[in-house]
Amino acid sequence: MTAPVLSAHRLFKHFGAVTALDGADFEVCEGEVMAVVGDNGAGKSTLIKALTGALVPDSGQILLDGERVRFHSPIDARRHGIETVYQTLAVAPALDISANMFLGREQRRPGVLGSFFRLLDKPAMRTRAAATLRELGITTARSVRQQVETLSGGQRQAVAVARAAAWGSKVVVLDEPTAALGVREAGQVLELVRRIRDRGVAVILISHNMPQVFEVADRIHIHRLGQRVALVRPTDVSMTDVVAIMTGARAGNEGVADADLPHGDGA
Amino acid sequence: MGPAELLGHQVTDAPVGANLDTEVRPTGVHRIRGFLVDATRGGVLGPLVALLFASVVFSALTDTFLTPSNISLILTQSIVIGMLALGQTMIILTSGIDLANAAIMVLASVVIAKVVKVSDNAFVALLIGLAVALALSAISGLLVSQMNLPPFIVTLGMLTVVTAAARLYTGSSSIPVQNDLIAWLGTPVPIAGFRFTIGVFVWFAAYALAWYALTQTGWGTHVLAVGDDPEAARLAGIKTRRVLLSVYLVAGLCYAAAAWQALGRIPNADPSGYASGNLDSITAVVIGGTSLFGGRGGVIGTLIGTLIVTVLRNGLTQAGIDSLYQDIATGVLVVAAVLIDQITRRAR
Ligand SMILES: Nc1ncnc2c1ncn2[C@@H]1O[C@H](COP(=O)(O)OP(=O)(O)OP(=O)(O)O)[C@@H](O)[C@H]1O
Ligand SMILES: [Mg+2]
Repeated sequence: MTAPVLSAHRLFKHFGAVTALDGADFEVCEGEVMAVVGDNGAGKSTLIKALTGALVPDSGQILLDGERVRFHSPIDARRHGIETVYQTLAVAPALDISANMFLGREQRRPGVLGSFFRLLDKPAMRTRAAATLRELGITTARSVRQQVETLSGGQRQAVAVARAAAWGSKVVVLDEPTAALGVREAGQVLELVRRIRDRGVAVILISHNMPQVFEVADRIHIHRLGQRVALVRPTDVSMTDVVAIMTGARAGNEGVADADLPHGDGA
Repeated sequence: MGPAELLGHQVTDAPVGANLDTEVRPTGVHRIRGFLVDATRGGVLGPLVALLFASVVFSALTDTFLTPSNISLILTQSIVIGMLALGQTMIILTSGIDLANAAIMVLASVVIAKVVKVSDNAFVALLIGLAVALALSAISGLLVSQMNLPPFIVTLGMLTVVTAAARLYTGSSSIPVQNDLIAWLGTPVPIAGFRFTIGVFVWFAAYALAWYALTQTGWGTHVLAVGDDPEAARLAGIKTRRVLLSVYLVAGLCYAAAAWQALGRIPNADPSGYASGNLDSITAVVIGGTSLFGGRGGVIGTLIGTLIVTVLRNGLTQAGIDSLYQDIATGVLVVAAVLIDQITRRAR
């Protein structure tokens, strides 16, 4: 049992009268896929936004590698090795795969060409982009010079995930990555998720798709009314159990195995 | 489970991207092929074919079209619109538009002319002209980037205000300039029967520089990304507001250069000159294949687009065709170019 790489304790977030986070806890360990499930409006997206710097919680702590952190923007979180694949994908369709993978983090030529003439090292970026895709087993794209808009939905998703995988050294967050995909493409993305996990990266997967969650998750964080009501292992529970907890038909962790909850301080 | 073990994990689990540093660099052949792919990505093939086609037709129709003197004329006639269209290209790449570019250029040129007249210091006059163009473009840029106002409206307002300001400033009469530095860009450069000017080379150099900045630097990638999908650019960590503002400033620089070029061609600053310069520059950009939706296109296309517009005017004149037909031809080309853009976008 390793210590969580990213954890949150008693997060609160109010939007006017709405309490989106009501003392939510969270944790994910390296090399683990943590699925986050919950009904619509349960506060999953708000939780993820708080963890990735897209919003600042009203109160509560976020710990990265056991150290207290405060992210003020997604870029802030990214600097700490936390990458997010947004549901909207956030790729620039007219740019090619390589440019998208390095967008905002372009690599320049060494020496005066890079420092003074600001010359991009496109060959190096392409080589690295191609290597990342290969390493993740994404072989459908013919070339990293292909414009993203010429790719299918699944391939675009793969590029977005690969970008996160290439830069997310600690945590990769995926917000409903398979929602718009067909069965085969969704399967490929889930395979990607496994590969990223196998490199020792912590993966947070938000999904409404129970079979997929059970297929790929190591643990399941069940969110309800702004709180984590249960943390379970898919091997210990059934989908019916999870749905019951999710919808409040059954109280959290009642009658189901508890996956090492609470985690404590990791010591 | 203690901090030491945690540290150990961090060491073994190096960032994924970092693992790839050891990849071999591509060979020369790959580089050349990559360069060709990049160079044609802006979709310059269509405009290039159109330019060659028009040139062949006019060469066949007239004896005067394909002569060194007429080619020199076409080039010098293209310079000012070419410089305006350069700034326009960058703004359109951000999915903006600049209706005020010619007006800003005209105001800068009358300011330069007037300062030369009263102070006889051409260098200071050029600097002040540059400052005027930069400041006005900066205002447009700030309103667009910081206040999120639509570029069409911002620059429409700017056009109206600046046009009026130029007339008020000069009492609506043009100002002749007689100064070597101001006229420098008009200096003839005779090469093998051609009569180029220094301005022609400066114009090409400006395009080369802009091509480099747009295609070979991170700034250029960011400009395209901001025009393509601003939200995606923002989420990728690009400071989109700053990029937008920088584009308007670079455009302002182009308009100042256009003012100097205009005075080099005709040493007379006319506050009501270049009344259709804004639309002509948009025409050149659009015919050159840059998408009005932003994110797609480039300056090489605009260079060709500018030449197409001039060649059409020049060739139809040489062929003795009424100038109103020139306008019809240009108008049809613009709509055709946008139509092609729309169709190819839909096909994606
Ligand atoms: N920016 C906001 N302003 C006001 N209310 C908000 C805002 N963001 C979220 N909320 C509210 O907070 C609650 C939790 O929303 P959240 O988006 O986190 O739910 P979710 O679990 O992601 O739901 P879904 O499954 O539908 O995506 C909802 O009641 C929502 O209306
Ligand atoms: Mg949500």
